[in-house]
Amino acid sequence: MNEDIYVLIEHLQGEVAEISYIMLAAARDLAQRTSGEVIGVLLGHDAQDLTSTLAADHIIYADHAALAEFTADAYQKTVASLIQENEPSAFLFGNTSIGADVASVLSARLSLPLVSSCVQISNGKLISQICGGKIMAESDLAETTTLVTIIPGGYKAEEGQSEKSPEIKSFNAPALDDLRVTLKKYVEPEAGDVNISKEAILVSIGRGIQTEDNIELAEELAEFLGATVCASRPIVDQGWLPISRMVGKSGQSVKPKLYLALGISGAPEHVEGMAESEMIIAVNMDPNAPIFDIATYGVEFDFFDLIDPLLEQLEEIE
Amino acid sequence: MANIVAIVKMVPDLVEELEINDEGTGLDRDWLRLIINEFDNHAIEQAILLKEREGGEVTVIAPETEGVEDMLFTTAAKGADRMIKLAGDFEEGVNNHALAHAFAETAKNHQPDLILTGVQANDDLDGPVGPLVAEYLGMPYIGYISGVTLEEGRAIVRKEYPGGLIGEMEVTLPAVLGIQAGEEPPRYVAISKVRQMMKTAEIAEAEISELDFSGGISAKRMYLPEAAERAEMIEGDEEEIAAKLISIFKEAGAL
Repeated sequence: MNEDIYVLIEHLQGEVAEISYIMLAAARDLAQRTSGEVIGVLLGHDAQDLTSTLAADHIIYADHAALAEFTADAYQKTVASLIQENEPSAFLFGNTSIGADVASVLSARLSLPLVSSCVQISNGKLISQICGGKIMAESDLAETTTLVTIIPGGYKAEEGQSEKSPEIKSFNAPALDDLRVTLKKYVEPEAGDVNISKEAILVSIGRGIQTEDNIELAEELAEFLGATVCASRPIVDQGWLPISRMVGKSGQSVKPKLYLALGISGAPEHVEGMAESEMIIAVNMDPNAPIFDIATYGVEFDFFDLIDPLLEQLEEIE
Repeated sequence: MANIVAIVKMVPDLVEELEINDEGTGLDRDWLRLIINEFDNHAIEQAILLKEREGGEVTVIAPETEGVEDMLFTTAAKGADRMIKLAGDFEEGVNNHALAHAFAETAKNHQPDLILTGVQANDDLDGPVGPLVAEYLGMPYIGYISGVTLEEGRAIVRKEYPGGLIGEMEVTLPAVLGIQAGEEPPRYVAISKVRQMMKTAEIAEAEISELDFSGGISAKRMYLPEAAERAEMIEGDEEEIAAKLISIFKEAGAL
């Protein structure tokens, strides 16, 4: 095994995903511990141009028509062959629709340990965030290549970006035939009535809102504030709001001036889409809700006890 | 006709306060309240939707932990045909590698066309269980799925990417799919129907010879997060809080 830290560079439709930069920043922290290099691994087809902003010591690039866009099979085979050949100290993947499909399968295929949901490297230790952000778990790198999936929150994307293009070394992808998974097409999201990523003030609702009828209360409040109503995943999965209003992983990333989080616990999947908001006000009954760790102002209160007096007072001053 | 297996597990209910055990290496399970993993609930819904559309059978497999029987009877009330409880030492919590071996061993006996499971669970520390099961059974895996159509020998699935982008993918069967959301929200069943199932339905037991923990990790240390900065908490009764919020809204230019 060598000391290097490998990072699977994620890209979609010709754009490097933000998680790739976050992983490069995390990899730098780990590499300082192992005294190795940070190596970006890019799988693609005619995709060399994607490397120019990556803060890596060098890039290993596998070019193959079957790697043009992500499919699990082709990625798994290529990354497996690279790990077997080079045996890096650790291989970082996004805990994403791309990385998570590769890392777990390879953990089973190559009998390598996997640490998931790692948010931070601290003194060479992997710090994972589980149970919706309520529990932290600390793990060590193993004696063999350790596979790690990374979630946003511990590093800024800028820390993994660089002006100088890294050197590219090519790697021959293994035979990529008999693939069991193929991409047929991309389906672009339907445009919603509003683009929440452009709104200055958002009233965001989560599981704590309890029933669909209560969305009306959030809408009333939003109207006073000139805000738009958006939501965390469970609300959208219930079919109470369209997916165009979803904030977080698989949804929109938003950076409004004011983000009012009502009944949202602040699980990492939600936080990654709204942590950059200028001001966050969180209302939640649970004093241990992780949302209070990132909010500017917090109210430990049942939303239902608060909403009526709030609407009444707003009515009065209008 | 499709033979569908849903593999599901119980996870900590995050509404309750979580505590760390005395060794500082895991959750204190004595007072832990468990509920079905919410994504597994979506996987069950997707399995039953497929059965209703295409015909076939749905088998639900879950490890034996507190509350698992109620959960399995609930899936029966929703329309599952067979419920299987994995009998083994699961109560203390096992890593997903060990659980995946147990799931794979049992699921294999049912010759599934499709195995559905939640894309992740809140207590995953060694990756989600779905891709591990897929690899142990030599099946392809796709995760982050929010729609499934079955065709002859293959499935067409909708895979979610950031920003609402969907990748429409084709996968050969048998396959394992990690469900992010079912095509419909998990259905509600009346408690009377669940009670009826408790009287009429049966939960089969599958003996798991030995749990194989290899490949999984165990945390060196677990702890509650220590926030660097915490929100400035607004105190008072509801009228006072409302007034303070309004002045903050004004400051922020929202009023």
